Amino acid sequence: MTKIVKAHAIHKHFGALHVLKGVDLEVAEKELVFVIGPSGSGKSTLLRCLNRLEQPTSGSIEVAGIDMLSPKTDINHARQHIGMVFQSFNLYPHMTALANVMLALRKVAGKGKAEAETLARAALERVGLADRGHHRPAELSGGQQQRVAIARAIALEPKVMLFDEPTSALDPELVGSVLEVMRGLRESGMTMIVVSHEMSFARAAADRVIFMDQGLIVEQGPPAAIFEQPTHERTRSFIGQIRQH
Amino acid sequence: MHSGAVLAVAGWNKFVETFFNAQVMAKYLPDILYGTLVTVELAVLIVIAGIGFGLVLALVRALAIRPLNWLIVFVVDLLRALPPLVIIVLLYFGLPSAGWSPSGFMSTWLSLTLVLMAFSEEIFWAGITSVHKGQWEAARSTGLSFGQTLIHVVLPQALRLTIAPLTNRTIAITKGTALGTVVALHEILGMASSAVSNSYNPSPLILGAAAYLVLFIPVVVVARRIETKFAWKK
Ligand SMILES: Nc1ncnc2c1ncn2[C@@H]1O[C@H](COP(=O)(O)OP(=O)(O)OP(=O)(O)O)[C@@H](O)[C@H]1O
Ligand SMILES: [Mg+2]
Repeated sequence: MTKIVKAHAIHKHFGALHVLKGVDLEVAEKELVFVIGPSGSGKSTLLRCLNRLEQPTSGSIEVAGIDMLSPKTDINHARQHIGMVFQSFNLYPHMTALANVMLALRKVAGKGKAEAETLARAALERVGLADRGHHRPAELSGGQQQRVAIARAIALEPKVMLFDEPTSALDPELVGSVLEVMRGLRESGMTMIVVSHEMSFARAAADRVIFMDQGLIVEQGPPAAIFEQPTHERTRSFIGQIRQH
Repeated sequence: MHSGAVLAVAGWNKFVETFFNAQVMAKYLPDILYGTLVTVELAVLIVIAGIGFGLVLALVRALAIRPLNWLIVFVVDLLRALPPLVIIVLLYFGLPSAGWSPSGFMSTWLSLTLVLMAFSEEIFWAGITSVHKGQWEAARSTGLSFGQTLIHVVLPQALRLTIAPLTNRTIAITKGTALGTVVALHEILGMASSAVSNSYNPSPLILGAAAYLVLFIPVVVVARRIETKFAWKK
């Protein structure tokens, strides 16, 4: 199977802090990889290395055939193919939902105004917000904002989507709407890497669950195996902890 | 009682004649108007250049090139620490020995432009840094370049926070055009004070003060409106 993401021996230091200690991650086309692990284990850092929001100290990363760490790579062009969704939405507050989605279509993908608007409307439609295009982020609920953020990313037709705790900042009653959209994306064949604590989503939608601790992948496997029969003590105790919540 | 009233009336007349002497005012009105023109011209040039350079400096600072930023911070702090009058006098009386003799207009313009540049750089910079770093990350993750992110995402949010302090600072500094009198600049105050020494009557000063009010009250009113307009809308 074609690998969309090929990351090898990723190390990341923040000064003296060794945050990623040689992570290998390959993700196949249309695969949904779910990443769990205690706070500070390096999950966000790993995601952020994949689109080079964070510069790894060493290692190699290839996404959709592009060498992400080569100085010759046009990083802005490459990032179009890697959508990212953040815990805190990070919508542009001074723009409408539609303008949020249109900005990169215009400036990065180089679409004309009319085409960008058509594509942006289609993306908003996919996240169930066709009628909210003219609203500013402040006029939307958290769940709606996060869906606009997803629309902003998928409008660029990325080859892979990175989600960093997309539902952690949401009120419980709004989580479902975002997970619903993510499920839809997955069904449409999107390759996804999701950092999250939503176990039931992982169970239902993930192909593979990765458990990270202290900058390393401790173990990985199908959701049922990881959740029901973890082989490592650390995985077991972590899963036990989040079960209690 | 009666003589008291007479005295009061005489005192009032004397006051009016001294400070609101119609003859003197009429005579020097053209001078004051000329001075007003100079003040307006100077103020406009200071505002455009000062805010323009300030914004450019803040944008350069956003590039985060260490030695360049140290230089910017040093120059900005220097200009903010020095009284504007000292800078004006330094340029006007000091530069000639370095081979360049700027006019009073030039010295005043340059000094106040530098001061406004320094203050507005700080204000713009504060605005830029107040924008959450998630905004940068979201924009960059969609492939926008550093410059595109700055222009389309960060600056519009930064400017909103900038407008109120910037208008206040701009008003304060453009009022400093009056300092130009000390370097023989014929702006409002300069014209008014030479009219006072020629006429032995302070009425031209009242006229000058009136000219400042006419110039700056509308600006202050507009500033207040801008401030309330941008204060809470997010
Ligand atoms: N920019 C940075 N500078 C310094 N240290 C950082 C930086 N970003 C992350 N770290 C540190 O790296 C470690 C891993 O952080 P990371 O955010 O990747 O963890 P995480 O697994 O995503 O945790 P969480 O579940 O809390 O989000 C933490 O100790 C964190 O403090
Ligand atoms: Mg994290």
